[in-house]
Order: sequence, then structure tokens, then C-alpha cells
Amino acid sequence: MYRFILRRAVSIVFVLFGVSVTTFGMVVFTPGDPAEIVLREQTAQNPSQEAIREFRAEHGLDDPIPVQYLDWMADVLRGDLGQSYYHDTPVTTMIIRRFGDTAELAVAAILVALVISIPAGVISAVHTGELPDHASQLGSLLGVSMPNFWLGYLLIVVFSLYLELFPVSGAGTVRELVLPAVTLGSGIAAIITRLLRSSMLDVLEAEYIGTARSKGLRERIVVYKHAFRNALIPVVTIVGLQFGYLLNGAVIVEIVFQRPGLGTLLIEAIFARDYPIVQGLVLVIAVLFVVSNLLVDVAYRYIDPRIRFDGGTR
Amino acid sequence: MTDDRPLLEVTDLQTHFETDEGTVHAVKGASFTVEQGEIVGIVGESGSGKSVTALSCIRLEEPGEIVSGSIRFRGTDVTTADERRLRRMRGQGMAMVFQDPTTTLNPVFRVSEQIAEALKVHEDPDSQRLLDYLHVPPFSDRSDWADKRRRAVDLMHEVGIPNPDERVDAYPHEFSGGMRQRAMLAIALAREPDLLIADEPTTALDVTIQAQLLERIRNLNQDLGMAVLLITHDLGVIAELCDRVIVLYDGEVMERGSVDRMLIDPRHPYTRGLLECLPQTTPRQSRLSSIDGEVPDQIGPGSGCPFAPRCEYAVEECRTGEMPRVRLEDGRDAKCCRPEVLDADPAEVE
Repeated sequence: MYRFILRRAVSIVFVLFGVSVTTFGMVVFTPGDPAEIVLREQTAQNPSQEAIREFRAEHGLDDPIPVQYLDWMADVLRGDLGQSYYHDTPVTTMIIRRFGDTAELAVAAILVALVISIPAGVISAVHTGELPDHASQLGSLLGVSMPNFWLGYLLIVVFSLYLELFPVSGAGTVRELVLPAVTLGSGIAAIITRLLRSSMLDVLEAEYIGTARSKGLRERIVVYKHAFRNALIPVVTIVGLQFGYLLNGAVIVEIVFQRPGLGTLLIEAIFARDYPIVQGLVLVIAVLFVVSNLLVDVAYRYIDPRIRFDGGTR
Repeated sequence: MTDDRPLLEVTDLQTHFETDEGTVHAVKGASFTVEQGEIVGIVGESGSGKSVTALSCIRLEEPGEIVSGSIRFRGTDVTTADERRLRRMRGQGMAMVFQDPTTTLNPVFRVSEQIAEALKVHEDPDSQRLLDYLHVPPFSDRSDWADKRRRAVDLMHEVGIPNPDERVDAYPHEFSGGMRQRAMLAIALAREPDLLIADEPTTALDVTIQAQLLERIRNLNQDLGMAVLLITHDLGVIAELCDRVIVLYDGEVMERGSVDRMLIDPRHPYTRGLLECLPQTTPRQSRLSSIDGEVPDQIGPGSGCPFAPRCEYAVEECRTGEMPRVRLEDGRDAKCCRPEVLDADPAEVE
């Protein structure tokens, strides 16, 4: 298992190198001189050549591109993602501050998704073609096809403005977390429900299910122990990939509910052309994505004993 | 339950499957009994309905449906039993071993766990709590499960799995085919069944493993007095192991009786055909014999004798009429409308 993680870690280094080059290049090759844009923004007038030169020198924008990259990387490796063009707070600190809010939302959304999708997927498979199945199929179709921002606004209209059950926006308390988590979680729930349903249908046909029944086990144990564990295998793989969806969705949901978080930070930074923040965030999100995929791979191997950590399968 | 009643009594069993092409009549009125402690074989070609008959007995015939007839096990009709009764029957009376051991063990649970579960069901089929079986800490008695796992190791030993102590943590994919089938046998034995249904238990195994496993089943039958209903297409296995045999063709019992008599002196043309197909009975260098034609497709109820199209003695009556059951000597009987072909007394036609 350690060898497996080590091997994965080595490949992760290469992935992250690629990501860092891309993020860095994205900023370098974006048209428009950041010095000019930022200074115009700060002073509300056309900056003088003098001021631009000074800004470029201060932020190292005149060095050759490879040197700029190496400088940036050297700082990144020390945990310093640079300095925002506008704020005095270091980028690393800004990201850490906002990270908690996004993590809270992501975890809550995954919980909502699992609480909805596990029973819905299983019940749907056990009662194929019956009313609960149709209901869950319709629900997941809606969940998949409804855009996050629209669902978010609908929930605000119904639960905040009309029923006054939850606040329109904000972060920090559980009440403020409910609507964003439901908005973000429902899309994922829809995907997991559909996957789990088809996976359960496959597994319930398997002969070992017949064996489990022939032992005299209750149907509930046959379904939730013997079938469910096997049906999880393909689902876990996809859930890991959904992590990217979660981060994308978080950006939109954070804006709709005006929550602080990595998503709002990213959008603000992009509109302000605050490149150090954009670079830092993209890198952090890439790391999160890669690490979550590694965790899924490890989990996957625990659920399915046939897959071994040394890479071989039987 | 009275002692003079057979352990298992199947009467006029009919099991159907609904398919897109029509209703498949997989079992058409099969009747037979299994007495306490005896080994009964059901023999037939593929598609003769023998597996469906076996599955119907333990009520795992789905997606098929038992449309008529009765199956009485220890005096209770299992065709009308509710879930609770069936759980008790499966946990404490009737166990089944299936054909392909590579697909009948759950790949994600340890073999010892799968045996331990069977022990747990056997102990108390009525109260099975999901959280207990999922080993969720406060709801699950760890020491009880540990005890069950120890007994699972003993059972693994009993069915002849080598070094069971080292295999407590083994998963099915770490077992060979023969070991998996032994594990299936251990899962069955965990419930101390009165009747073991074995559906082609050795078909997927090597010949040497086959012999060992059959020997094991015979020992269990002798030592524990466990009755066995053995489904096979192999007359050699029948001759080796069984007391009585039932010859099934197209979902109907063609002939039944004691193995000794039937293998020496088959009466029904189908039984004769089956025996003639055995390579041992064919002289060297000559073509192996076979029964011409194919097993009918079983769609629709059919009429007359199902074997008529392939039977060399068939006359017009065979294709249309109702086939009577003809009593032969030694408690045997056969289903045929031509007593003279069976070499029987016409007066014994029912």
C-alpha cells in the first residue's frame, strides 16, 4: 500500500508540474499588461510610463519568463503564493481564510448528495419499474438537468423569501449552509442515484446474491450488505471524479448565495486581473483534485479486495 | 412432522418463465420424494428443467414462477410459505450448493465472514438486524462474530480446505475453484441442514477435485445423516453416490427408481438412450453414440410425450395423448404409453 501511494505521489509531482506551467503560462500569455490594468484600476486614471516601469520592476515582470517561473515556483514550494496586486494580505493567507468556507460547503453538499442518492438509488433498483423507481428516475433527471444557479434562486425564492425558513445569504451557521448545500448536493445526488441504480441492477443479478438468499438472510441484508458493497465499486470511482464538479459548482453556488469561499475569491480575482491570486487558486484547486483522486483510489482498493495495492488485479 | 412422511415431497410441480417468445414451461408436473438421510439424484440433459426444479425447492426460482403443485419440506408446503418461514427453512433445514463456485461467493467479503453469516442465520433466523450484520460497532456483538469466525475455521477444516487457520482473512479470489466449492459446502453445513441440494456441484471442477468433493458429500451424508438431492448430467456421479435416481426430460419425470436396478436395467427409451451414450458402453474405435435430435425448447405446454420426436419406439399415440405413469417392479415407475416397450405388465398402467 505504501509503495502504491509512493508511486502515485511521483506521478502527482509530474501532474502538478504540468499544472503549474499551464497556470503560469495562462497569465503570461493573457493579452493586456497587468501593470497597466492594475495601476489604472488603483488610481482611476491612465498610469504614467514611470509608474508602469516601477510596478513591473517591483513585481519582477521584466525578468525573462523562465526566470519569472522559477522565482514563482521557488516561492510556491515555500508555501508563498505571492502577493495580491491590490491587497496587502499574502495570497496564501487569503486562500487559507476562504478555504474553510468552501470545504464546509463541499462536505455538506456531499453529505446531502449521499443521504439522498443512496436510498434513492437502492430503492429504485429494488423496485424497478414501480412507482418509487419512476419517482427517483424523474427526480434524478431534474437534478441532472437543472442548472445550479437556477435551483439556487428557486430555493431562495421559496425558502427564504416566501417561507422565510432560511437566510438569503451569508455563511457561518448551519442555517446559512442548508440552501447552498442542497443546491450543490442535488446535482451530485442525481448523478450518484442513476449510477447506483444501474450498478445495483447489475449486482442483484449476480449468483452470489442467490447464495446470500439461499442462506436464509433477510432481503434487507442481502440488498444493503451483499449487493450494496459490490454496487459501490463503480460508484466510488465516479464520485471521485465528481470532486471537480463540486468545485465548479461551488463557484456558482457561492456567488448565488453570496458566500465567502474559494469560488467567490477566484471570480473577484479574475475580474480584477489579480493574477497572483488566480495562479495560486488554480494551483491549489489542482492539488485538491489530484489528492482527492488519490484518496478515491485508496478507498476503492479497500472496497474491492480483488484490486491490490501493487497494481495487479485478479 | 411425522416420521413416515418423506423429508421432501414434490408433487406435480410446474414452474414457468415468462419470456418475450412466450411462456417457458421449465418444469411440467415433476413429482418425487427424498427420504430422511438418502441421496437422490436428478439426471437430465441441459434444459431438462433439473436446475429449476432444485431452485424451486428452496424457493429461488425467480424470475420463474411456481404455477401449480406443492413442495412439502418436513411437512410444510414451501410454495405458500411466507418470507419468515422461508428464512427459517433455509437457515435451519435446507441448504443449496450451486454449480459455478467462481460466481457464487461474494467477491468483496472474506470467506470466513460468509460462513460466519450462515452460522449466525442458523442460530437465529428470525432476528437478523442489518446493523449487526454490517458490523456497526454498538449494534454488533464483536465477540459473538469472533466466535462465529472461529467456528467458520472449524467448518473450513471439516470440508477439507487446507490450512484453514491461515485462510481466516482470505477472500474468494484467493481460493482455487475446488476450495471455493468446499467453502460453499461449509456455508451449507453451517446451517446443519436436513437436506442438501447440490446443483451440479462438480461440473466446473477438475476430475480429481470432483472425486474428493463427492466423497466429502457422501461422508457428510453418512456421518450426519444429511439427505442429499444431487442434480447432475453425469450418470457416473449418480452411480457413484445415489440411492435413487429421477430421470428428467423436458421438465417431466421419465423414469424413477433405485440406482442399482435402473443403471443395469433401464426401461424408458430415454433412460436407455442416456446409458448408451456413456463412452464406457461403446466398443473401442467405434463412433460414440448419441441421442438424435434436440431437447425441445419448452415454449408452450406441449402435448404427448416430450421425448416422442427422438424416440425410436414412438407411435401416433405418443405424440398426442396423455402419458400414463407405469408401475415397474422394485418400486420403480416410468412415464410412457407403451407398456410393452417398458417390458411392463399392462395392468400396472395408472
